[in-house]
Amino acid sequence: MARLVLMLACAPLSVAQSSQLLTAVPPAKITVHRNEALEVRVTVQVKNGYHINSNKPNEDHLIPLRLKWEPGPLTAGEVVFPKPEERNYSFSQKPVSVFTGDVQVTTSFKVDAAAPAGPGIALGKLRYQACSEDTCYRPAVLEIRLPYQVE
Amino acid sequence: MLKNSYRTGLLLPTAAALALLMGGCSQEPQKASRVRPSSERKPAPEFTLKDSDGKTVQLSDYRGKVVLLNFWATWCGPCKIEIPWFIDFERRFKDQGFAVVGISMDEDGWNAVKPFISEAEMNYRVLLGNDTVAQLYGGVDALPTTFIIDREGKVAAVHSGLVSRRTYENDITQLFDSPRSGAPGADAGLRAAVSRAK
Repeated sequence: MARLVLMLACAPLSVAQSSQLLTAVPPAKITVHRNEALEVRVTVQVKNGYHINSNKPNEDHLIPLRLKWEPGPLTAGEVVFPKPEERNYSFSQKPVSVFTGDVQVTTSFKVDAAAPAGPGIALGKLRYQACSEDTCYRPAVLEIRLPYQVE
Repeated sequence: MLKNSYRTGLLLPTAAALALLMGGCSQEPQKASRVRPSSERKPAPEFTLKDSDGKTVQLSDYRGKVVLLNFWATWCGPCKIEIPWFIDFERRFKDQGFAVVGISMDEDGWNAVKPFISEAEMNYRVLLGNDTVAQLYGGVDALPTTFIIDREGKVAAVHSGLVSRRTYENDITQLFDSPRSGAPGADAGLRAAVSRAK
């Protein structure tokens, strides 16, 4: 089974999905085949001057970054986050495990054998908690819509 | 998308609500805010919440006191810088008619908050917040957000994000120095001023 890594060099702006602090840029549209395994990379852009907790924060009470995909013809498997940064902030005595800037999040998908031919949208929910040096924002969910075409 | 749109749309109304609570349309950033003249203050919205002992608490319980109302969360780093200051304020100013009230916005509830209260040795009352109360106070999307409330239950200052300890102290002591309208001392002071004017 071929494994594809779908990367997006220049995503059309229309596919970017944003909150005030975060923008998620999935591929504009992917073409898949039944039984195919593939990896999809979504670029999450964190606004300059802010950070989000990584998927593995250093302290229990910090809220980790999570990406969950809803069930559908594309079944999500492992979600892989990049290596986080260990940054020092004035509000923490020890380094904080964070993401800043562009964060590449890769999800493994398997296309169902019975997936109907035609277009569809895989829906992901990225839960994040963002802060600056002096302010934190309540946890939020950014929905990621991944358009696909089953051939 | 709905939740995200909701949150994205929340920040502007939040700012507008904060401005309304401050009773003015100042272009100054929130951090530069100072205690407003009493004539420009708006009543702090009433709420009813539970404290860590399960006791029901209303803001009006604190009428007659200067209140530092702090929205915070255990996952909020900048909030943790302020907590030792608030512990100190509670200790130093309690006998002058002052109280710190913390409202935790932790979604995990007391399971997350109670251990933190113990660990940080917080000596002031902490309540568990909810979206309803947050909306009353303009959404409180950013933490910490702190409201300085005068003895008449009106919002005298709002600080969104971490500000200096000195800023809070100035706000609090300024309200201590203000006469209480309706209080015997205030009436006497007013009468004396009128008498002098005659």
